[in-house]
Amino acid sequence: MKLFKPILILVVLAALVSAVASGHLSSRILGIWVAALLTISIFSFLYKDNRVYKLAEHLFIGISAGYSVSLEYWNVFRPNLWNPLVQGLHQVKMSHLFSIGGLSIGLPHFPGMLLIVPFALGIMLFARFSARLTWLSRWSIAAMVGSYAGLAMIGALQGDLVAQVKANMIPLVAPGSVAALGAGGGADARFFAFLGVLSNPLIIFGLISTLVYFFFSREHKGGLGVVSRVGVWFLMISFGASFGYTVMSRVSLLIGRLHFLLSDWLRVIR
Amino acid sequence: MRTEVPVAIAFVAGMLMIVSLFVPHPFVAVPAGVTRSWAIIITAFAYVLGVANIARISLETVRRRSKDWEYKAVLLAALCIMMVLGIGLGVRSGGAFDWAYQNLYIPMQSTMFSLLAFFIASAAYRAFRARSVEATLLLVTAAIVMLGRVPIGEHIWGKFPDLTEWIMEVPNMAAKRGIMIGAALGAISTGLKMVLGLERSYLGGG
Amino acid sequence: MMPEPATTGDTKAGILTRLLRVDRRILFIIIFLCVAIPLLTGARMKMTVTPPVKGLYDAIDRLEPGSTVWLAADYDPGSMPELYPMNIALIDHLFSRNIKVISASLWAPGPPLSQRIFETIGPKYGKTYGVDFVNLGFKEGREAVMLQVAEDIAKTFPRDFLDTPYDQIPMLQEIRNLKDVKMIVAISAGYPGIKEWIQQVGTRYAVRIGGGVTAVTAPEMYPYLQSGQLVGLLAGMKGAGEYEQLVARPGLGTAGMVAQSSVHLMVVIFIAFANVVFLIEKSRK
Repeated sequence: MKLFKPILILVVLAALVSAVASGHLSSRILGIWVAALLTISIFSFLYKDNRVYKLAEHLFIGISAGYSVSLEYWNVFRPNLWNPLVQGLHQVKMSHLFSIGGLSIGLPHFPGMLLIVPFALGIMLFARFSARLTWLSRWSIAAMVGSYAGLAMIGALQGDLVAQVKANMIPLVAPGSVAALGAGGGADARFFAFLGVLSNPLIIFGLISTLVYFFFSREHKGGLGVVSRVGVWFLMISFGASFGYTVMSRVSLLIGRLHFLLSDWLRVIR
Repeated sequence: MRTEVPVAIAFVAGMLMIVSLFVPHPFVAVPAGVTRSWAIIITAFAYVLGVANIARISLETVRRRSKDWEYKAVLLAALCIMMVLGIGLGVRSGGAFDWAYQNLYIPMQSTMFSLLAFFIASAAYRAFRARSVEATLLLVTAAIVMLGRVPIGEHIWGKFPDLTEWIMEVPNMAAKRGIMIGAALGAISTGLKMVLGLERSYLGGG
Repeated sequence: MMPEPATTGDTKAGILTRLLRVDRRILFIIIFLCVAIPLLTGARMKMTVTPPVKGLYDAIDRLEPGSTVWLAADYDPGSMPELYPMNIALIDHLFSRNIKVISASLWAPGPPLSQRIFETIGPKYGKTYGVDFVNLGFKEGREAVMLQVAEDIAKTFPRDFLDTPYDQIPMLQEIRNLKDVKMIVAISAGYPGIKEWIQQVGTRYAVRIGGGVTAVTAPEMYPYLQSGQLVGLLAGMKGAGEYEQLVARPGLGTAGMVAQSSVHLMVVIFIAFANVVFLIEKSRK
């Protein structure tokens, strides 16, 4: 009886595979049903945590891990490392260094030979699994961390710091904004013209007050405290905007899934 | 050797990246380019290391028949099957690997993320309270943005989208720029500390 | 001594407080209905196109026919409902303007998603793989890949997604690096994505950048819009819907807007109701 469930599952799987292989069942229809059942399994978590959800969750982790490794193999390992090394090995030459009694002594070299270095560093990463050899993996980690720390620095410097400070150097009053106030129009138009006048000073002061809030070298008292408090208000407005957009984002994902269930699976909508 | 060599490697790699921004001469640009291409390869190995770690932990759970070992067995089986399909048979469209990607991976990942919609709505109802001026400011802005960013906002007030756009372009933008500049300064100082070997926590144990 | 009978006010307060503690599964059902009913009825709502979306549309519209664009499809199935519709609308627009497209991804699941779109839309405009568009596939390495592609694409992607060598793809023979493309269109779900393209490539190599992001990331992109580092931006499913409207190709972005509206309205009602009750309880204490 203990083996009944696994055997039943294997029989069902074998029947499905042979039905698809023999053309009796379209792989597309099978795929839609499998996708729909997995979707419902994961949605079942909303009722409460259960075995079906856990099964789907672990299946997902295994599939996504296997998927990533396969992609790394075909997109990085083979074209950027293995193929150049193997092709290079077919073109090994000897460089002459010196001779001893008519015998030429030299070093072998081939195109792409330097790729042995990242190959070795990549293999050394797996030394982490050995308590005795784990120190070897530090060399590889250091190469990665050093490179990406340097890249992150220059990216932050040129893309964020310099460019953003420069972009905030705007006139206190936007050209034409005051004139727009007196241009007439309805209440809405006058309201937005007023906001237009406020825009530049709010941008300038908003940035300054936000940066003051993050300045912790002095206690936020007196004038500094007031500016810092205004900075908090700007931050709260931005967090409110972020929350609104986050709701939008999460709801979109739900719309996507329900659209699949209603359109592709149940076919009740176009 | 165990600390000095990695710190030296980090220094050389990091400095090459930084100096290459200012010095386009091949004397710097060529080794910087080589370092970048090596970083790409090593990062791919790091990805595989992560997966190998998952496999190692799951295998241990199955071996010891610990809690939820059956699920870990399913995880390992799925991992192995995907790798055999992908590495063995290829990752092109129309194959078994692509079928698994379209009908297993895509639906499951999409659904996992879509659960968040329910939780965010529930959290908004049960926890979001205007307990202070700041919280009220946050709430009111959130409500304006949520309504102004969807078509129904226009039907409530024709200028709702314009008001929302102004909020995004002015107060939101100013605060986000402040955060961005602060984060950039932090990234520069942390990056410098790592490259110069003053920050070594990334080396871990061993 | 007999307990005092509850007043009507106490009963009302008790009901309101109990409503605040309702089982969250009731809330889940309400949200589910807010999405399902509009989808089932097929209701549509027209929407105003916002300036960031118009900015991207105009930037692509100004490109010369025959020029090449780098499309970075940096997303995965978790963000598909938001980014896939905008990917479709963008490729539709690019093909309609006879712009050549090089697609590549820094996220492993990205390339098959792009390939699917190319195979659907390409025939509509008579576009041929390798001549009008190409999918270079995925490369791990984040910012390092970005900088390497800015210098030498062939070295980074020696073969494309279909395993064809770089030098055998006709449209790539005159494209050496990102300086040979007119624009980067980055569709991003997170890191690495559009922000890193701006930081590493946009400023350093003076390449124009526009694109789309999930709604979660959108508020952080406004400083880049204001500084001109981004020419335009699509934010989430709404942004996709606006772009679909501009290119006259309604898709999921358009179909989902009524459902999106009803959930947003419901969440605002949730927040308003909960806070009104909170304030009533606070005033009674």
